[in-house]
Amino acid sequence: MSTNGHFVSLRGVTKQFGDLEVLHGIDFDVGEHQVVCLIGASGSGKSTLLRCINLLEQVDAGTIVVDGQTITGTKVDVNRLRQKIGIVFQSYNLFPHMTVLQNVTLAPRKALGISRSQAEGHARALLRQIGLEDKADEFPDRLSGGQQQRVAIVRALATGPKLMLLDEITSALDPQLIGEVLELVRELAESGMTMIVATHEMGFAREVASKVCFLDAGVIREEGPAEQIFSAPREDRTREFLARVLEGGRL
Amino acid sequence: MGAFLHTFFSPFDFLRATPQIWDGFKLNLKLMFVAEALVLPLALLVAVVRGLPGRATAPLRAAAIAYTDIFRGTPLVLVLFIVLGFATLNYVGLSSETLFTNGLIALVLVYTAYVTEVYRAGIESVHPSQRMAARSLGLSYLQALRYVVLPQAIRRVVPPLLNDFIGLQKDTALVTIIGLVEATAQANQYASDWANFTGLTVAAVFFIILTIPFARFTDHIIKQREQRERAQAV
Repeated sequence: MSTNGHFVSLRGVTKQFGDLEVLHGIDFDVGEHQVVCLIGASGSGKSTLLRCINLLEQVDAGTIVVDGQTITGTKVDVNRLRQKIGIVFQSYNLFPHMTVLQNVTLAPRKALGISRSQAEGHARALLRQIGLEDKADEFPDRLSGGQQQRVAIVRALATGPKLMLLDEITSALDPQLIGEVLELVRELAESGMTMIVATHEMGFAREVASKVCFLDAGVIREEGPAEQIFSAPREDRTREFLARVLEGGRL
Repeated sequence: MGAFLHTFFSPFDFLRATPQIWDGFKLNLKLMFVAEALVLPLALLVAVVRGLPGRATAPLRAAAIAYTDIFRGTPLVLVLFIVLGFATLNYVGLSSETLFTNGLIALVLVYTAYVTEVYRAGIESVHPSQRMAARSLGLSYLQALRYVVLPQAIRRVVPPLLNDFIGLQKDTALVTIIGLVEATAQANQYASDWANFTGLTVAAVFFIILTIPFARFTDHIIKQREQRERAQAV
């Protein structure tokens, strides 16, 4: 498999919803331990790209290779694949009828078959790391947005994934709650987790990204080191986008 | 007025009819609880089958849709007669056990169709992002259904489920038309024996006494939910 040592490789990935082509021949590589940030306007295809990588969406054309395995073919065990790939959504999507601990232990117990006591021990250790061990028996509705999103991250980590996909995970949060979530992502990046992060937080992207990709109308218009993309973008479209974001006061 | 009161609300007849009506009402109780115990799991199964994904399960889905369409659309009285008709093809005589089974089958067929739709509404009310989150953690379709979708769906449809259960309780009276001697039949018997309709009132009282606690319980659950949701909205 010619992935050139990349952990994730996309070649010519195309995705349509009806007549609307959302992804238009995407080529894209992520090395192990890299943090790649996807930036771009809403509707540029960032979320769809992430969802294709863990097969929540089926691609229409092209290939995706994750950890040496071509996942776009037939005979792919999607459940096994998804245990290796954690995804966190903008709207947390915690299970409201389960406590925090039950949310975190569900996949380890039912998908991986780990015993309850072992799964709970692991979950409590993870919750302790993010300072939420005392919330283990609370229901998600009683937590703040930032706490809920941090639990969602821990839930995704509980199956021991090798890749994390973060889909605009701070977009639904109040400004004062964004920091605690980004801090957790920063720690994950420092621990060497491979991540693909769709984000509107340009300052954060600049700080943690090994590489930044600018998505525009379903194509990667420009990619490069964060410094280059933010300080000296080559493409007009990138420049326009960054200027607009700057006006919005998010850089 | 005096004649009316005497015919329907005679205290003497009320007391005299009660043991006889109670004797019949025990059959209603048995029918409703056995039927409900069958309807709840069967309807859940049909609702789940109806929601299965993929092309391979299309015939199963079609069968589930055909079933609910047919038995929700056919009056229970007709279903009772049809089931009885089938039974008479096979039996020389009809024992009371056979009649009970036939009444039970008809009630289960019709109410499973209703309750399937209740479950289905509940399943569809759970936001797709919940299922997506469960699948993204590596849970299979059935695991996501079992641990994430159904617990939320069922919790939401408890009030309409109770409502249909009350309907079922009352409709057990209809089995009288295929010859089962339940409360209504006993009341009719009493009326023809003693030329007094108070037995019907007794039967009505039995049904009302049974349904009122369920109705209040349903109200209580709805109110509780409203309060909880209001608290969340703040």
